[in-house]
Amino acid sequence: MQEFLTVIDALNEGFFQTFKLFAVTLLGALPLGLIISFGSMSKFKPLSYFTKTVVWVIRGTPLMLQLFIIYYVPGQLSGGASPWSAFEDDRFIASCVAFIINYACYFSEIYRGGIQGVPVGQREAGEVLGMTKTQIFFKVTLLQMVKRVVPPMSNEIITLVKDTSLARIISYQEIIWAGYSFIKGSRGISGIVWPLFFTGLYYLAFNGILTLLFGYIEKKLKHFN
Amino acid sequence: MAILEVENIKKSFGKTEVLKDISFSLNKGEVLTIIGSLGSGKTTLLRCLNFLEFAESGTISVRDKLVYNGENHKKLKDAELRENRLHFGLVFQQFNLFPQYTVKKNVTLAPSLLKRNTPEEIEEKANALIKRVGLEEKCDSYPATLSGGQQQRVAIARALALEPDILCFDEPTSALDPELTGEVLKVIRSLKGHDSTMIVVTHEMQFAKEVSDRVIFMADGKIEEEGTPDEVFGNPKSERLKAFLSNSL
Ligand SMILES: Nc1ncnc2c1ncn2[C@@H]1O[C@H](COP(=O)(O)OP(=O)(O)OP(=O)(O)O)[C@@H](O)[C@H]1O
Ligand SMILES: [Mg+2]
Repeated sequence: MQEFLTVIDALNEGFFQTFKLFAVTLLGALPLGLIISFGSMSKFKPLSYFTKTVVWVIRGTPLMLQLFIIYYVPGQLSGGASPWSAFEDDRFIASCVAFIINYACYFSEIYRGGIQGVPVGQREAGEVLGMTKTQIFFKVTLLQMVKRVVPPMSNEIITLVKDTSLARIISYQEIIWAGYSFIKGSRGISGIVWPLFFTGLYYLAFNGILTLLFGYIEKKLKHFN
Repeated sequence: MAILEVENIKKSFGKTEVLKDISFSLNKGEVLTIIGSLGSGKTTLLRCLNFLEFAESGTISVRDKLVYNGENHKKLKDAELRENRLHFGLVFQQFNLFPQYTVKKNVTLAPSLLKRNTPEEIEEKANALIKRVGLEEKCDSYPATLSGGQQQRVAIARALALEPDILCFDEPTSALDPELTGEVLKVIRSLKGHDSTMIVVTHEMQFAKEVSDRVIFMADGKIEEEGTPDEVFGNPKSERLKAFLSNSL
């Protein structure tokens, strides 16, 4: 029993780290993704080509590799003086940077689909009715964009929950790291495997809540197509 | 008295000249129908009148006031442009209702953003218009639950809510199943006499014959022939119009 409580305590702590990375990534990547999507839709060709290339590179390479690069390459370049210390705080910040960039690129493509998916006729109808550009955006197109964006966005967000475990590769102490530590030995316990598998329940519960939330939002937007 | 004067409108897309020097005028309360084959520039003309496209040259005047001049339209401020375009209304082929709003809200949205009237007046006006197009019981429905014909009738009410001087229709029935065109044409017919001035692009020749005061036949971006329905349908002069009419009967 004592062992169980110790493990749960460690897993809760790990999950808190997982959640932190998840929440900060979302807060950063949701707005950054919108900015990137404007870049890739820009009529100024150099900007749109540049943005599209960055998005292609980020989406075309593994997030794990990007984590390595962000954590280790700055140190290599500056001859050993890494901007990141070995402390947990810095591993967290490095993870956030990698995750935000990576997810912003995925989100930008979703936004782009949402924005371009609203028929031009909607904007034109607003114009003919004498609305300003701002009114058209907020009163006509925004909700239609949201409706198009929510389903693919909820898929990405659920993937993000699971992807946070990748940060373990630069020793960020998220929940899988916490579960795994009991195999090697931690808090006076070693050689037990079940805590690692037990972490799955945390992911399931959290994603379950998110799924319900997105289902609720989609239902709210169901009255129109 | 002419309510609308269109003079020497020219419009190209890249190298293709789509409107080649279009001029016509329209009196208050008149119904003008525009007929012509595919790609003759009918839609582009209506879009120029509503400033969805900008003619490179030519002028548009409403009630003797210059509302558009192709030479210097780029200098026009956004606010002026919006002010001027409100002389016109446009009913689209594809309705383009706002799907997230009810029928009532579709009709009241633009007037309430414009704030020319009180909310009560806007509401009252909307109710009257929705009744006029025969959709009182659909006030709180969303567009997706309506038939195409009903949606187009809402679109007409929505355009009328801003009281345009000239209401334009771009093939208002061609996206509809044949059995639904009647109800929309009936509404348009009923507007005549409410001193609405209208320009209707249509392929419904019977309707054009019966509702128009004047008919314009367009071919290749030009007005090929123009006259009363009797003249245009009964006694066509140009070979192209004759060919067009015999094809569309
Ligand atoms: N945005 C555009 N860019 C390039 N070409 C265009 C554009 N809009 C229209 N055109 C061209 O202009 C010509 C006239 O088109 P328009 O839609 O005005 O014809 P229309 O008389 O309305 O035809 P329809 O009976 O098919 O509706 C066509 O050849 C069309 O391909
Ligand atoms: Mg057309």
